Amino acid sequence: MRKNMLKIKNLSASVDNKPILKGFDLDINAGEIHAIMGPNGAGKSTLAKVLAGHPAYEVIEGEVWFKGQNLLDMEPEERAHAGLFMSFQYPVEIPGVSNKQFLHTALNAKRRANEQSELTEPEFSHFLDNKMKLMEMRPEFGTRNVNENFSGGEKKRNEILQMAVLNPELVMLDETDSGLDIDAMRIVAHGVNQHMHGEMGLILITHYQRLLDYIRPHFVHVMMDGKIVRSGGPELAIELENKGYDWLMRPANERTNA
Amino acid sequence: MAAEQAMFSDYKYGFVTNVETDTLPKGLNEEIICAISAKKNEPPFLIEFRLKAYERWLKSEEPVWANVKYPPINFQDITYYSAPKKKPILNDLSEVDPEVLRTFERLGIPLDEQKKLSNVAVDMVFDSVSIGTTFKKKLEDAGVVLCSISEAMHTHPDLVKKYLGSVVPIGDNYFATLNSAVFTDGSFVYIPKGVHCPMELSTYFRINDRESGQFERTLIIAEENSYVSYLEGCTAPAYDNNQLHAAVVELIALDNAQIKYATVQNWYSGNPKTGEGGIFNFVTKRGRCAGVNSKISWTQVEVGAAITWKYPSCILQGDNSVGEFYSVALTNGHMQADTGTKMIHLGKNTRSTIVSKGIAADLSSNSYRGLVKVAPRAAGARNYTQCDSMLVGDNCSANTFPYIEAGNASCEVEHEASTSKMNEEQLFYFQSRGITKEDAVNMIVNGFCKDVIKELPLEFAAEAQKLLAIKLENSVG
Repeated sequence: MRKNMLKIKNLSASVDNKPILKGFDLDINAGEIHAIMGPNGAGKSTLAKVLAGHPAYEVIEGEVWFKGQNLLDMEPEERAHAGLFMSFQYPVEIPGVSNKQFLHTALNAKRRANEQSELTEPEFSHFLDNKMKLMEMRPEFGTRNVNENFSGGEKKRNEILQMAVLNPELVMLDETDSGLDIDAMRIVAHGVNQHMHGEMGLILITHYQRLLDYIRPHFVHVMMDGKIVRSGGPELAIELENKGYDWLMRPANERTNA
Repeated sequence: MAAEQAMFSDYKYGFVTNVETDTLPKGLNEEIICAISAKKNEPPFLIEFRLKAYERWLKSEEPVWANVKYPPINFQDITYYSAPKKKPILNDLSEVDPEVLRTFERLGIPLDEQKKLSNVAVDMVFDSVSIGTTFKKKLEDAGVVLCSISEAMHTHPDLVKKYLGSVVPIGDNYFATLNSAVFTDGSFVYIPKGVHCPMELSTYFRINDRESGQFERTLIIAEENSYVSYLEGCTAPAYDNNQLHAAVVELIALDNAQIKYATVQNWYSGNPKTGEGGIFNFVTKRGRCAGVNSKISWTQVEVGAAITWKYPSCILQGDNSVGEFYSVALTNGHMQADTGTKMIHLGKNTRSTIVSKGIAADLSSNSYRGLVKVAPRAAGARNYTQCDSMLVGDNCSANTFPYIEAGNASCEVEHEASTSKMNEEQLFYFQSRGITKEDAVNMIVNGFCKDVIKELPLEFAAEAQKLLAIKLENSVG
């Protein structure tokens, strides 16, 4: 049996006192790719932010276990050190801090937390160059300030570069495909696929089937009103693409008759 | 004492030294001024200078245009002279009251030459008087004079007479005029012709007494083809009353001379919750690029004082002279800062650069106020101004008041400004990548300020970075 990576039990969370997640359950094992789809406002991005530990989101009830550790007890940076990574839907611009400085600091913080030796500046430069080639990023991206004046596609690619550098075990991609043209999507998907391995878990949060042509999920979940309403294999994504989400909102008996 | 200790927690320089002082009675009148002068055994020209200033001050009015609010200052309730009783013998620090020496050690400024800062000569001013200067010998060998201004009056009276008040005239502004009347001590620096000062020079100002104001006067003269880099630092105990600090700094750079003047100002800024106490920092700093190709650079990191009113300026008189102003002003708690610069272009092809970074947190108010003035005869003058503000939280304010007076059609004046906000999303972004919030604040602030920090002498740049991060620790998230 595959090793469990993430166990979410009956998770409810709110932002500004407004409940968004309402009893969410999900199990992810090592080596699995899960796609979470659903209409706007279903709570998909909230799920990612709650798991990453965003301070604006309040967990009301439920449990989350990540590799046997109680995730909800951990600071956001501790979650990152433990191997969790979220690719932001809207990556934040950090003026005055270079991409390279940012990544070097982040990687060494993680290595320090895991009792590994820190990388020196030349070691890190060499390491970063290789990762940037993988993402087809020009060297000047290292010296540019984090996401500052990046195009939408560049920001998303930069997120995947960060993933490649930090080498996480559980990755959540929050609408990484939105705002990407087809070439950028291919590069992003290639970066993710290169990184994916049997000891890793991946959560793809997306509106569209499109990304799933490039990164093949093992499971597809439909999220509505703060919880999963239907789960299936890759064929469910195609069904959603054809039928939309409306049919899932109708009562179950109507659905079977349809 | 309890209240003082409570405030002490966030400001590690807030302690008080118990030392016997020689103090004049509170209040300001001709008698007090003559008494200050007599204490210092001053030459007659200085008594005249002081009394003339006092007369002007009585007729002048406190400025009200700055974007700061404070209750009226009772100038009769201030002690204008307070000095440690043990008479310092400047060549032998062992004669200084050990309590005072310990104070400077607690501040991280060891006077003991064994432990001295590497390659930085330090002059220390405790309340009103200079208590000692390190590296005397090495400086003397180079012909450089670094001493207290009280000492310079006797050892270099001609230079003091020639230059004192030559950049900031006696009646310049309300607080400078007050300083001219009552200044007690400060530093004097003289770099002879052709000398590149062999080390960083530094003055450390410490207010200790509860009731005393600090009115120091600094005069730096760089003769032709000379170079000097000078740094001042300031701290004060945490008292719940306000204290006035009205200093004047005058710099003179002759032909091809260069002066770099850096300040790390960390006066007690008052109780961050109530706004009670703190230093009123009303300072006039001005440099005159008197000679051709001369250069004056001001670098300031202002992180303390309840109220700051300060515009280190350059008068670019010599042709091709250069003025620079690099500033980080950080306000938190209830602090108010109205700071900036004036670049007065008089000579041909004069150039100036202004880089101002304002960081406002909590309930504070942070204003940049700057004047770029190009005289009709300053053909080819150029200025570049960059003025950035960063807000931390929702209750602070940042303002920019740039004034440009271009009197010559051939001049070029550029102004760029930006406002950004350090927010929860940025900090979360760092954290989600494994970087702690403290390190994130540090990186964001230092990234924001790096164009200014890199202008500081190396020995102090790292300290300044740490100071900025510590100041914001409690303001973010």
